[in-house]
Amino acid sequence: MTRAPHTAPDPHTIAGPHRIAVLGAGVMGAGITALALGHGIPVLLVDTDEERLGRAHDDIDRELRMAQLLGTLPATTGTGALEAATTTDGVGDVTAVIEAITEVTELKAKALADVSARVRPGTPLISNTSSIPIDELAGHAERAEDVVGTHFMNPPYLIPTVEVIRGARTGDRTMTAVGALLTALAREQVVVRDAPGFVTSRVLHPMINDAARVVQEGTASAEAVDALMEGCLGHPTGPLRTADLIGIDNLVDSLRVLHQRTGDEGCRPCDLLLDKVRQGELGRKTGRGFYAYQEEN
Amino acid sequence: MSDFDTEATEKEILRFLEARTKRAWETDTDLFASGGLSSLFAMELVVHLEKAFAVSVRGADLRLDNFRTVESMTELVDRLRTTSAGGTGA
Ligand SMILES: NC(=O)c1ccc[n+]([C@@H]2O[C@H](COP(=O)([O-])OP(=O)(O)OC[C@H]3O[C@@H](n4cnc5c(N)ncnc54)[C@H](O)[C@@H]3O)[C@@H](O)[C@H]2O)c1
Repeated sequence: MTRAPHTAPDPHTIAGPHRIAVLGAGVMGAGITALALGHGIPVLLVDTDEERLGRAHDDIDRELRMAQLLGTLPATTGTGALEAATTTDGVGDVTAVIEAITEVTELKAKALADVSARVRPGTPLISNTSSIPIDELAGHAERAEDVVGTHFMNPPYLIPTVEVIRGARTGDRTMTAVGALLTALAREQVVVRDAPGFVTSRVLHPMINDAARVVQEGTASAEAVDALMEGCLGHPTGPLRTADLIGIDNLVDSLRVLHQRTGDEGCRPCDLLLDKVRQGELGRKTGRGFYAYQEEN
Repeated sequence: MSDFDTEATEKEILRFLEARTKRAWETDTDLFASGGLSSLFAMELVVHLEKAFAVSVRGADLRLDNFRTVESMTELVDRLRTTSAGGTGA
């Protein structure tokens, strides 16, 4: 694997300690927040949905404990302080913003326009979009050069590598600052160019769509598909268990973005995925997707 | 003096394990050894122990080794219940 050269932290951009804002307290926002807190970085977590924000505290606590259990956090660093809010009023002095809201272009465009007007110029605005081209999002921020993509995956504390997407207008300073932040989070970065779905979503999401289609066509059960992909091809969790981990609603949103922008018919979300979203069977986060996750006590 | 019921605790943990994994376990089997459970399952064990035995697993106790066998989990529960009964727990 070719790794991006490890960016030496630039003293000008990491002069002070990190303090980040995370937008969106869903699956990824909670996970990224847990990763940052576990590395001693304070977080302002913003979600417009107050109930979601409330539940995020438990999610973050569980992820931090899981990370500790698996020994993936530095033992010596204390946990960063968490602040939660339903508005972005408090983002003025953060050192970076990580946007992890719903995978809908209009929502992300609005959120980036809003925060870019509130932070200090030069503060990296990092989108964790799965598939929306970064340059498309950058056009909505006040300074396109501050916008960059990262692709943390679920669960962030367990996945050591982060895909970093450099948009056509992303500035060198922003790339350096993102590199420094990822170093502080003990993540490896692999820098790629901008395109719909970049590398990982472009390859993984149509594959999961195909795996669901195979089930839809009655060729095999979800268990059989995953067992073959794991046992014969070495996939770590199987594509359909991965769909449950991602969240099937988010997967469908991402496939739509890919389909619209590439015209690739393989990216049109299949009926089985659409049915699951209609039935609220979104995967782990709702307790049922391709598999059932309810606790038996 | 402890009124801790080791046998009942082991029994309850075995019951939970068998319900969740659909297979039988011995009290000294390493659950996470090869062919066993994913280490991600450890968090379910943490949550279950906390609920079933009214303990709180925090800090240095959050180590996979404490959850490797039914015996090690029982020891942990015993220790945590003793400390919290002494008023210094959690
Ligand atoms: N789920 C994954 O495995 C995964 C992996 C990599 C990247 N992503 C990407 O990360 C992003 C978040 O995905 P997710 O799975 O966490 O989604 P999610 O649906 O779990 O959470 C999204 C959250 O954003 C909130 N939100 C919506 N608009 C907002 C706004 N304007 N301000 C603040 N909060 C707002 C929603 O209330 C919700 O809580 C998406 O872009 C997704 O494509 C997801």
